Amino acid sequence: MQKDVAILGVAMHPWGKWGRNFVEYGVHAANEALADAGLEWKDVELITGGETIRNGYPGFVSGASFAQALGWTGAPVMSSYGACASGTQAIATARAHILAGLCDVALVVGADAAPKGFFAPAGGERKDDPDWLRFRLLGATNPIYFGLYARRRMDVHGATTKDFARVKVKNSRHGLENPKARYKKAVTEEEILASPIVSDPLHLLEICATSDGGAALVLASMEYARKRTTDPVKIKAVSTVTPTYPNAVIEMPNFATDSAYAVPVPTTPFKDSIAKAAYEQAGLGPEDMSMAEVYDLSTALELDWYENIGLCKQGDAEKILNDGDTTIGGRVPVNPSGGLACFGEAIPAQAIAQVCELTWQLRGQAKGRQIENARAGITANQGLFGHGSSVIVAK
Amino acid sequence: MSTQKKRVPAIEGWFVADGTVALLGSQCTSCRSYFFPKESFFCRNPACQGTEFEEVPLSRRGTLWSYTNNAYPPPAPYVAPDPFVPYIVAAVELGTEKMVVLGQVVKGFEIADLRVGMEMELELDTLFEDAENEYLVWKWRPVGTRGGA
Ligand SMILES: [Zn+2]
Repeated sequence: MQKDVAILGVAMHPWGKWGRNFVEYGVHAANEALADAGLEWKDVELITGGETIRNGYPGFVSGASFAQALGWTGAPVMSSYGACASGTQAIATARAHILAGLCDVALVVGADAAPKGFFAPAGGERKDDPDWLRFRLLGATNPIYFGLYARRRMDVHGATTKDFARVKVKNSRHGLENPKARYKKAVTEEEILASPIVSDPLHLLEICATSDGGAALVLASMEYARKRTTDPVKIKAVSTVTPTYPNAVIEMPNFATDSAYAVPVPTTPFKDSIAKAAYEQAGLGPEDMSMAEVYDLSTALELDWYENIGLCKQGDAEKILNDGDTTIGGRVPVNPSGGLACFGEAIPAQAIAQVCELTWQLRGQAKGRQIENARAGITANQGLFGHGSSVIVAK
Repeated sequence: MSTQKKRVPAIEGWFVADGTVALLGSQCTSCRSYFFPKESFFCRNPACQGTEFEEVPLSRRGTLWSYTNNAYPPPAPYVAPDPFVPYIVAAVELGTEKMVVLGQVVKGFEIADLRVGMEMELELDTLFEDAENEYLVWKWRPVGTRGGA
């Protein structure tokens, strides 16, 4: 398969609240990923960085920040911002350069030092910025959007708050022995449902925190990889699709959806189209997946993803959760790393971290959370403003 | 609520309030697609090259797509009253325009009073007040209710 790219090295700085500069986490991950690949920084022919965000716009040009900290070598640099999809954008850039034959070895780095509490826009009056206006006119925090999706699952599909809580129970157990996870504590359904409601029906323990963290990948052409290893884990697909008009689902930070008055709603909604594009590229389907890492910004959102990535049909997510299908040991474990529930979100690092986890699983290195006979896996997430993000990784 | 204060829209040009309140959208003169907030320079339907838009009031009623609440005060630039009172945010689907629009729900309702599919209508209400002005915004109310639930 000529569209394969090898993953030679993966690494993560542990997630937490460490109070250091994001560059430090990125450099830590980069050095460990290079060591994992058996390569040195001077071997890197391209560095791509997922940008971190401050003050309502990308405040640091991260690729070059990491390159400078590692020591200038003259390696070409690319930096990407796509909100929560930033890491996938950085992976896509590195992969495209490799597949185009422009380089053989690329280093992908994303790292963040997250602010406390709700994400909120910067100060000042910005009445032409929808992100400012949604806070001003509606107080529409991110959990408001998560709450809307969760409540709709309840009223339309009959989901219960207990179903939602069980997602967290599962993920909290998955992450118990993950050395990179920030929260390593099994929580119970009762504890979750006893935590304060933030945006009904979602409780505090069901909404992901923000974290410090850093993740890195060393990617290489298959030709280059074959000289060094017999059986590298491969990237089979990277999807960075945008929605198709009209997008009928209300999304952050919007006040309204597109109108389906003149053009009918597409048969594949945006979140379904993200994984669909990845499956088509890989020549694989949901039935080929041994596992998935999806963006559980809220517990209920993980259930939406089961349907969006084709693990079950619409309305059946609660059933496959409760049947244990998505628990390690089940048919298709979801978030074996522990997911955002155990990590909290380090925005530009998170999509890269998802690929790290799948790689460890495929190599048989996921100690304490290993999925037996894992052959392939998919990551999925969605960046603010319409950035699709999905990566398929296989042996 | 003080009657001396001047009642002004919290944002200009997003809604009209002459007796009843209606959101102001725009409609592409080529493909007739609706937009809210208003689109003004290029139609977002990829099959359309439209550059002309008419300002149109949107349907005042729709069906409830989903709802949730803010149990804690949202951060600035939201102006939260002190003490804070939790409030509901609703996503309402407009039948004619086939689009979902967000808005707060007027006070006095609980999550348990609402259900996906309920009919909702717009009402003008206070977003926040300062010393001189009362700032107004659109809010949703379940059709056929008055005051609180
Ligand atoms: Zn048009």
